[in-house]
Amino acid sequence: MLELVIFSTLNGVLYGMLLFLLASGLTLIFSMMGVLNFAHASFYMLGAYFGFQISQWLDFWVALFVAPVCVGLVGAAVERWGLRTVHKWGHVPELLFTFGLAFVIEEMVQMIWGKLPVDYRVPRLLDFPAFELFGTTYPAFRMFMLLISVAIFLVLLMILTRSRIGLIIQAALTHPNMVAMLGHNVPKVFMMVFGFGSGLAGLAGVIAGPALVTQPSMAHVLGPILFVVVVFGGLGSLPGAFIASLMIGLIQTFAIAINYSIGDLLSTVGMARPVQGMLSDLWQVTVAQVGPVVPYLMLVLILIFRPTGLMGTRES
Amino acid sequence: MMSNGYRTGLTALALGLGLSALAVPAMAQVKIAFIDPLSGAMAPIGEHGVKHFQHMIEKINAAGGVNGQKMELLTYDNKLSPQETVIAAQKAIDAGARVLTLGNGSGAAAAMIDFVNKHNERNPGKEVVYLNYAAVDPAFTNDKCSYWHFRWDAHSDIKMQALTSYIKTQPGIKKIYLINQDYSFGQAVRKAANEMLKAKRPDIQIVGDELHPLAKITDFAPYIAKIKASGADTVITGNWGSDISLLLKASADAGLQVNYYTYYAGGAGGPTSVKQTGLKDKVFQITEGLANINTKENFAWEEDFRKKSAGHGWWYPRVRNEMDMLAKAMNEAKSNDPKVFVEKLRGMKYKDIYGKDTYMRAEDHQFFQNIYISALTPMAGDMKFDEENTGWGWKLTATVPMGETDVPTSCKMAKPS
Repeated sequence: MLELVIFSTLNGVLYGMLLFLLASGLTLIFSMMGVLNFAHASFYMLGAYFGFQISQWLDFWVALFVAPVCVGLVGAAVERWGLRTVHKWGHVPELLFTFGLAFVIEEMVQMIWGKLPVDYRVPRLLDFPAFELFGTTYPAFRMFMLLISVAIFLVLLMILTRSRIGLIIQAALTHPNMVAMLGHNVPKVFMMVFGFGSGLAGLAGVIAGPALVTQPSMAHVLGPILFVVVVFGGLGSLPGAFIASLMIGLIQTFAIAINYSIGDLLSTVGMARPVQGMLSDLWQVTVAQVGPVVPYLMLVLILIFRPTGLMGTRES
Repeated sequence: MMSNGYRTGLTALALGLGLSALAVPAMAQVKIAFIDPLSGAMAPIGEHGVKHFQHMIEKINAAGGVNGQKMELLTYDNKLSPQETVIAAQKAIDAGARVLTLGNGSGAAAAMIDFVNKHNERNPGKEVVYLNYAAVDPAFTNDKCSYWHFRWDAHSDIKMQALTSYIKTQPGIKKIYLINQDYSFGQAVRKAANEMLKAKRPDIQIVGDELHPLAKITDFAPYIAKIKASGADTVITGNWGSDISLLLKASADAGLQVNYYTYYAGGAGGPTSVKQTGLKDKVFQITEGLANINTKENFAWEEDFRKKSAGHGWWYPRVRNEMDMLAKAMNEAKSNDPKVFVEKLRGMKYKDIYGKDTYMRAEDHQFFQNIYISALTPMAGDMKFDEENTGWGWKLTATVPMGETDVPTSCKMAKPS
């Protein structure tokens, strides 16, 4: 039991931190431009594929630095020559633009790397079990992913709250016109943020690629859950996204470990478990089975009771 | 698989238009319509299926075709959706096809059976027949059986029957964990496993019976932690696609060395992840045939096909059986009209590429054949073919003879007048 709790915690925190890497970029972009970037998870996929390609040519460690920069540049270019042009016509065209972009990226990835998963491996240096507990090993690479994610969170927090750039970004979030009046180039700030956000997603891809499987469908598996994180945490709130990511990671992981159903609960208090009738299946559904749906339920509830999210301040 | 239907839908639309335009009418008169996902996440599987049927049709035409006519393949993309399947089937019939074949996805297959039944009732004299090469929901040859449906793949109960017969001979297996995808196929696997294990090996403890959402899990580590905690020595899973590769990968990361009995570890990308995980001789697959069964004919066939398909193997021995038997039925009946040749297919006996006897059971139109259990392992001995250039290939572990998998059927087939 203790064993399961420890590993579930580790796995949950790891998954949560990975979500955070993706969501932090998305939430910045979302709050600045009011655009839900549907292609954000595609940048994550690009990161994984770039990472794979660079580690084939050179080395994983080179890829770790170069691939996110490449993805960031792609992101910046998309903002400069795509979104900014579309922006004139309002938010809906912007949204549709990113929606289309997700398809284009997926098709391009399939054209270049094929439809099958690619052989993206954990670097040899980290290909060993970090520790063994109760006979189960925990791979070093996962610890590495965890450390990188935590480091990025701290760096981001420092930049946003302690640096001049952070000050401008924060101000541009709420008072774009005022910032422009003060002589800052707001469109350029937007472009940098978009590029930086995409780069973060790319970094998540580079480190998640070898641990999970790098394949063309990896973007749309993670896509929907990101929106949950961003909305649940609150628009534009980095700490909010952090808390939401961790919560979702832990809830999902722990839910999987719980085998109890409503029927079990009824039988422990001495009531008969209904086995016939229309709703008989309902009593058999275990917590583990509904675990993956819980985040979406949380999304619905938070939209009803606290539309700004956990730590959000702005309404739209 | 299609959680994000809209995404797949749009890409599919673009691709589908292009693909159906490719079906250029040639000299052929007998049209075979192939309907399967040719876009989206399942596209690699559908596309590889097309290559199988093309290969067979080339062979049949080279041998003189059927009743002096040539066969031709029409391909349609159904995007793995029941609605699209029906639309594609109608298009195929309009284009002159009277033989329809479809494999992937039991949802699509159910829609197809329904469609064909209705079509034939309403269009006497223009009957079509549905040849099923991969959808393994047992219902199709039981409660939902149809005179116009024939299935060449062993359905999931037959495969489980074969697997449990094998497990019966393995005293080392004591604790089994079941993990399956939460939809009709996964539930069928789980149900059959529970019932058959209880009957054949009551001493075996089922220490876990897990259902997880289809193609939604990014990381199976939490499930592996649970399997580990349960003390299982063997896992049985019907998982396919990314769900099987991620499961195996997470298993290797945690150092969980249990046996995996799978239906689909051999699918696109599967062998690559088994190799990555280093689960040598631990991952088994239950199939109706494999590349490394050492007969001269089989090796020659495999070699010939791999040359044409960029090294990818002959995944579906059943496609050979299906098309060969179709040609045979047409020739014996001296007619290409489904209404006439279907009678020849019913109960037809056939020798497969391994030289073994097989037959199409007339009662329920289910094909019976030997079932093979094989393990993925580094190339050695008389193994000739590896998978996905990994240097690892499927090695035959056990053969479950045809007679042991004769599951009864509840089919009451009404023969149309």
